[in-house]
Amino acid sequence: MELFGIFFAAFLINNILLIRFIALCSFFGVSTKIDTSVGMSLAVIFVMTISSAVSWVIFHAILAPFHLEFLRTATFILTIAALVQLEELYLKKMIPTLYRAMGIYLPLITTNCAILAVAFLAIDYRYDFVQSMVYSLGVSFGYSLAIILFAYVRERMALAPIPKWFQGYPIAFITAALMSLAFLGFTGLFGL
Amino acid sequence: MSLWQDFNQGIIKENPVLRLMIGLCPTLAVSNNATNALGMSVAVAFVLICSNWVIAALRKFTPDQIRIPIFIIIISTFVTISDYIMQAYYPALYAALGVFVPLIVVNCIILGRAEAFAYKNPVLSSVLDGVGMSLGFAFALVSIGVVRELLGAGSVFGLTVFNPAVAATIMVLPPGAFITIGILMALLNKYENKVQ
Repeated sequence: MELFGIFFAAFLINNILLIRFIALCSFFGVSTKIDTSVGMSLAVIFVMTISSAVSWVIFHAILAPFHLEFLRTATFILTIAALVQLEELYLKKMIPTLYRAMGIYLPLITTNCAILAVAFLAIDYRYDFVQSMVYSLGVSFGYSLAIILFAYVRERMALAPIPKWFQGYPIAFITAALMSLAFLGFTGLFGL
Repeated sequence: MSLWQDFNQGIIKENPVLRLMIGLCPTLAVSNNATNALGMSVAVAFVLICSNWVIAALRKFTPDQIRIPIFIIIISTFVTISDYIMQAYYPALYAALGVFVPLIVVNCIILGRAEAFAYKNPVLSSVLDGVGMSLGFAFALVSIGVVRELLGAGSVFGLTVFNPAVAATIMVLPPGAFITIGILMALLNKYENKVQ
């Protein structure tokens, strides 16, 4: 039940894009088409799960015992950058179909702040290993849900008559506001 | 004249938030009141100016192939410094900004200016570029913060303007951030068209 709570809190109630405002550059950047947002979601789910596991182990096995907590920013960002490169090599060789589905979004993910944010938050919330894995799954599924829904809306919007000053990004922000309002409705679900 | 341009271009013409659409996450997340917005702007300004300065000073010794990891180490050093200073002297602000302080390290504005400007230009222009970009970021962030705080809580920088009971609370909640920035961008588009 506790793990279920962590998952749903991360998935809907504190949705990383619409409520927490993390990783918005990618939210507006790649959501113009459904395929690109699916590729980005796959890459985020894959990288976030692995990198939060690795950064949890590094923090609790290396940084905390030696009282080097102040190095966490530098350590995490370098770990994630190196990990993305390794994962890219591995996928290219072992699972080429998945590699092609992710396309250029895999390298771009190094600068996706959601990955780094989840590594920090799992430590700030004092989660143990299993809890932090469930948390990162919840966050990445929430990311996928929000970005894919948003891409569907934006594809429809390309055909709609929009006032001239609002075309492009301004209307995208207003749409995101309405979606965020809908997600705000999940507050209090399951007593969380 | 060109030094003036280095300083000036970040404020409106290449405003990082409203024009280049970078650095959006902190802009939306910490702009629920004007004080937090100002605190975040100061932290970003410190990191941006210092990292531009160091990267420009070291640009002749930095090997081209590994420049990105070097930039990231320099940036994360200054982020850690500002993180610890804020934690020690401004604990209330630090609690309000939360995870967005360490996340300055992946703020696209800082790495973007390092790569696009500081790596290719002398120290003085790079520092001025950092100051200009920081002012542009602060301008966007504080104006969004003032609008949201005024409409959502009836105050500006914590000083009450009208009765908070009649304020639209939605403006300090997450949807208010999206609405404010959307309308601000539309107004900027309209203003631009009129000028042309």
